[in-house]
Parts: sequence; C-alpha cells; structure tokens
Amino acid sequence: MTAIANNSAAAPLTIDGVIIDDAELKKRLDKAMFRSRFRAFLLVLPLLLFIVFSFILPIAYFLMQGIYDSSFSSKMPEVTKSLKDWDAVSEPTEEMYAALAADLRVVSANKTIGRVATRVNREFPGSRSLFTSTGRSISKLEAPYKESLVKKKKKWADIRVWQGMKTASRTWTPGYYAAAVDLKLNADGSIDQQVEKRRIHIKLFLRTLKISFLVTLFCVVLGYPIAFLLATLPVRTSNLLLILVLLPFWTSILVRTTAWIAMLQSQGVVNDLLVYFGVTDDGSRYSLIYNQLGTLIAMTHILLPFMVLPLYSVMKGIPPSYMRAAKSLGATNWTAFWRVYAPQTIPGIGAGGILVFIVAIGYYITPALVGGQEGSMISNFIDSHMRQTLNWNLAAALGGVLLFVVLIFYWLYDRIVGIDNMKLG
Amino acid sequence: MIKVTTLLAAGIAVAAGAANAADSITVVSWGGAYTKSQVEAYHKPWMAATGNTVVSEDYNGGLAEVKAQVEAGNVKWDLVDVELSDAVRGCDEGLLETISIEDFPAGADGTAAKDDFLPGTFHECAVANIVWSTIYAYDSTKVTGGTPSTIADFFDTAKYPGKRGLRKNPKANLEMALMADGVAADEVYEVLETEEGIERALAKLDSIKADVVWWEAGAQPPQLLADGEVVMTTAYNGRIFNAVASEDKPFEIVWDGQIWDLDLWVMPKGAPNKEAAMDFMKYSTGTEALAAQASWISYGPARKSSGSLVGSFHNKPELKMASHMPTAPANLTNALQNNFEFWADNQDQLNEQFNAWLAK
Repeated sequence: MTAIANNSAAAPLTIDGVIIDDAELKKRLDKAMFRSRFRAFLLVLPLLLFIVFSFILPIAYFLMQGIYDSSFSSKMPEVTKSLKDWDAVSEPTEEMYAALAADLRVVSANKTIGRVATRVNREFPGSRSLFTSTGRSISKLEAPYKESLVKKKKKWADIRVWQGMKTASRTWTPGYYAAAVDLKLNADGSIDQQVEKRRIHIKLFLRTLKISFLVTLFCVVLGYPIAFLLATLPVRTSNLLLILVLLPFWTSILVRTTAWIAMLQSQGVVNDLLVYFGVTDDGSRYSLIYNQLGTLIAMTHILLPFMVLPLYSVMKGIPPSYMRAAKSLGATNWTAFWRVYAPQTIPGIGAGGILVFIVAIGYYITPALVGGQEGSMISNFIDSHMRQTLNWNLAAALGGVLLFVVLIFYWLYDRIVGIDNMKLG
Repeated sequence: MIKVTTLLAAGIAVAAGAANAADSITVVSWGGAYTKSQVEAYHKPWMAATGNTVVSEDYNGGLAEVKAQVEAGNVKWDLVDVELSDAVRGCDEGLLETISIEDFPAGADGTAAKDDFLPGTFHECAVANIVWSTIYAYDSTKVTGGTPSTIADFFDTAKYPGKRGLRKNPKANLEMALMADGVAADEVYEVLETEEGIERALAKLDSIKADVVWWEAGAQPPQLLADGEVVMTTAYNGRIFNAVASEDKPFEIVWDGQIWDLDLWVMPKGAPNKEAAMDFMKYSTGTEALAAQASWISYGPARKSSGSLVGSFHNKPELKMASHMPTAPANLTNALQNNFEFWADNQDQLNEQFNAWLAK
C-alpha cells in the first residue's frame, strides 16, 4: 500500500515541473521495486526458513558426518596428539602407552569408553572388549604403562590396535567415503581396495541403479497406454479411469506393499490361481516375492502414478487437430501417431521418467518388505547402518554417494533431454 | 465471565490432579505375544496398584533409537527391553542410567535380590527379566522325510525338503551353522574367532541359501510357518509356543542347538519419568510378576524364587509350563549361551561380511 501511495505522490511532482533526471527516477523505481520485492520475500520467508531448518541444514549436517568424526580425537586427546607423529610401523613408545593410560582413565570414569572402543573396533575388529575390559580395571594400572598394559592384555602389543587407533584419530577423514565405495583407509593414510569378502557397496549401488532403471522402463511401457487412454477418452469415462489411477496413489505405501505380499507369496492368490489352472503343481509354486522380481513388481505398481500423471497432463495439452491434420495429409494411423503425436509426449516421458527414477533410487520400504536378499537396495543398507550398526558416519557417506549419483543422472538428463523440456503439467 | 473463570478453575484443577495422581511411563518392547505377556503380567497389575499408566510401544531391537534420543537430549522412552549385548554396549557408551542391585526387593521367599537373580542376569545398567532362546521349529503337518530332531536336520534340505526361515542377521545363524557342521557347543565361539571359522559357518549357510526366506521381526516366523511359506524356521521359542498354545498350530520346537540369551530392562539416560519407571522396573522383576509372565509365554524367569511358582498356561490348566522353558534340563542337552562379548567385538565386521555374503 505505502509503495503505491508514494508512487502516486511522486507522480504529480514531475508534472509540476520539478526536474527528475533518469538517475533519480531509477533510484525511486528501485526503491519502490525493492519494497514490493521485500514484501514478496516476507511472504515466502516462512517456507524458506522451514526448508533451511528442516531440509538443508539437516542434510548438510549429515553429509558432514561422512567426513567428520571426532568420536576418538575428542575423547582421547593425549593419544591423538602422540599418534600424530607416529609412522604407523615402528614399535609404540612408552610415552604413547602413558598417553593411552591417561586417556583411558578419563573415558572410563565418564563412561564414554564404549564409544571410543566402538570407533576403534570399526578399524580393527575385536578390539572393543580390549578397551572395555581394560577400562574396568584401569585404577590398578601403574607405570611403566607399556609393560603393565601388555601384561594385562597381550593384545595391547599388537601393532594393528595402534594402527586402528591412528586411523580412528583422524577428525576429518576420507575413511567413510572410501568405505562407501569399497575402499579402505590405512593407518599411514594410503587407500587400498577392501578385501573381497567384505566388498558390498559397489555391487549394491549397481543393483540399485539396475532396479531403478528397470522400474522406470516398466512404468513407461505400462503408463504410456494408460495415459493415452485417459487423454483421449471422453471426459466422463476418463475421469472415472483417473480415479482408478489416483486411488492407489493415495493409499499408504505400506498397505500396497503388503497387498502384494498377499498376492505373490507362495501360498498367495497368484500362485493359487496358477495351481488351479494347472500351470504349475502344488509342490513347485513360483517364488514371486522375497526376491528381485517381487521388488520390481511392487515398485512398478507403486510408482506407476508418478509416470501416468505427468504423461496424462502433457497428452491432454496436445490438440487432437494435429493428428487429424496429419491423417488428412495422408498419414496412416501409425505414422500420424509416431511422427506427430509421440514426439510431443517426450517432455511427459522425461518428467515421468526422472520422477520415477529418482524416487526409485532411494526407495526403501518396499525392497525391505518384499526384496529378500537379492532385492534389497542401497537404502536398506543406509537404514541398517542408521538403526542397527549405529555407524552413522558410514550411513552419511553412503547417502552422500547416492546423492552424487542422482546429481550425475540429473546432469546427464539435462545434457541429453534438457531440463527445460521437462513438463509436469 | 463467571462461567469462564469456573471453567478455567476446573481445567486447572483437572490438570493439577492428573499431574499429581498418575505418572505415565513409556515402556518399549518387542511386540506380539511377548509384549502381551508383559502387559498381562507387569503393566496391568502395576497400573492397578499405583494408578499410573503404561504406554506400550514396539520396536525391533537395537540401540539406534535410544542413541538418537539420548544424543538429541529428547528422551521419550522410560524403559526398553533389550538383548544382553545391547545392554552392555549401551552402558559402555553412557547411553543408559546405572542401577544398583541393592535397591531391588528381595524374593518372595526372602532371598536377597543379589542371590535371587540367576548368575549373570544383573548388570551395571540392566536387570534381566527372562531367559529366552533362539530355536528352530517346524510344521509337523508339512515336513516330509521324517521327524527333525537335531540342528543338523535344519540344514539338511535333501532329507527334509522345503523352504527355511532365518533371521536376517549373522547372530545365531553363524553359531547354529557351526553346531550343525559338527562343532561342539562349547567350542563354537572359539571357532568363530578365526577367519576359517566364519568361512566354515557361511559355507554351511550357503548349502541352504537358495531355500531361505529371511525374517526380521520376532512375530514373522510363526506367520511364515502358518502361511506355509517355510516348513522350518528359526524363531524365538516363546513365539512358537504361543502359536501352539493359543492358536493350536501344529508346530514343533527342536531344542537341539538352541542359543539362549537374556532380555533385560534398561533405562535410557535422562528418561522423563525416572522415578515411576524405576518403580515399574522393580515391580516387574519381582518374584510374582516374573512367575505370572511365565504363564503367558514360555520364557524362563530370571529370579530363582520365581521357579517354584511357575505353573500352567493362563487359560489351559493342563498345559504345564516347566518343560517348555529354555532352561528346562531336557532342553539344555546341546545348548549354547549367546556370547555378548564376542558379538560386541565382532558385530560390525560380521554384519558386513554377512551382508556381503547375502548380496552375493
């Protein structure tokens, strides 16, 4: 309101012959524009704050966890200091053992020894109980510390424990990202490939990409005819059909997934029908679920509306006269469809495809419920590191890699299809 | 105006009354038949005795939620029912309140608490309520090839064809695989300490991998058996017992190669209703409450004094509970106690290796 009042108050001034040069005019215009922009900004401010605090900051914080880990260095400052100059191969000195004993005394008194132990245990499995049991009898420890620690537990002389501590003592560490792509950070800072029987993440990333790609493909194949039907049928019929697409879309994912369990399990509806019609016999029912097939079927069904809806709205916007014109110029039905109609639906396929693909790549509940061992995806591992192993740093690194992969695909999409070409409606 | 004031006054009175009279504590456990046994034996009588309320929540084990709540300084849970390895680990990481056995009441027969609890059932941060066991069970109407009686039979898909249910976790699976491969129960963890031992266990699991349906929540295995998805599955013994006792399912438990463990109460550091929760903890681990729980589910009480009070199933007087307990002598002939220290040390590495094996 005030801006308009000022403008109208300023306007008669020019008529009255007061000279307002271009610079002055520009200044006033900027001022007026600034006010309206500022008010517009105030309107979006709540949303902006909400996004910053509930989305951007937590994600940034979590991504940082993938490279930042102070769980050892903050609790064991003396050892961390003495490990800094250690070359990771020579015999640990008495000073290092003394620093260790001093730190252990502190962490065992304030009950954080478990966290230190867990951290080192990740680098050198089996060292957890070494820390906790030493912590329980720390009060009896006396100088010389090297001798008494080794006497208490032989393992303290094992150089691998010290190498584990050196790796753990890095506050900013590439170790978790390395682990997320099946590499291993050594105590001297070099990076090797993880031993073969513990390599798993690359395989899972590839599987996740494969499943997401297949789900996207199935969604295009199944969704295109549906969307075409919806867009070309008379409104009354198509509205009814649209409800059939939207109804499952509004139903909880959990309900839809468990419905697929009832359908596909070996004593389920599909297998019962197959047995009834004699396709298979009772003894050799098909395994349609708890494997990759189950994941593909359930995810395709759940993500189908994400494909149908953008396609539908794009198809709805294509005037039927184009097809009629093509036909009047002598095109067959197929040519008219393939040369005239289909190219115009590409933005819809692009939008639907990228939506389905990106949602699928981070899919978690459905593979967890119906995926079994070969249908689980990287998100299920992120979940297990969050909830079971409590290795949040590795979970963050895996999430970071996943985010990076999605961004690469987004960039590729932009290069090949063009993001401006995307049309959601 | 008068109306408003009276309403306000009434509101304040109600609020104040509620705050004084009753605390509400949140108790978290494993769900299904197990939580039901706790509700019947602990929650209901305690609520009747104190006027407080218990909000019961379910979870699938692990320390993640406790860690998240404690580290965020926003603790919502008052008591959590955990496995021994998690109790020890949580205590070491400072996530749990410490408790003292001196505060716990003596048994009904007058034995002091520290002598009444079975050895190893009381910890710095945790007190056990029950002894439970991972066993395997089969559906007697569906299994073909004879009557399975040893842990090796579980891995013998040639003799006993059909799908197998296993928990999607290395814990218990590796031990059972070794026992089935001929390792004596008391040497299992020694063998597992070595790389070759782990390889050996995974190789044994490999032999049935194609036939395995993996489960995660304790309520799943009886369901998998009932649905005919598997003919044999590992399970928690109480879940199978309950399916048999309350739903007359034709399931049989094989005790050979059972792996027994403890369930314990722990209190997350900074629990919101510490006092009431502590009272509940003492009440629920008392002689009578533990004995009462044993009439709802076949888990052995952690107190010696409860043993003699264990009777029959709550609605079937003819069904005596004693022989269904993991601790019954006949069931212990080839049994293994879960080694929490081994798992605390090797869990991360074995999880990785197990998952890599699963994904192969």
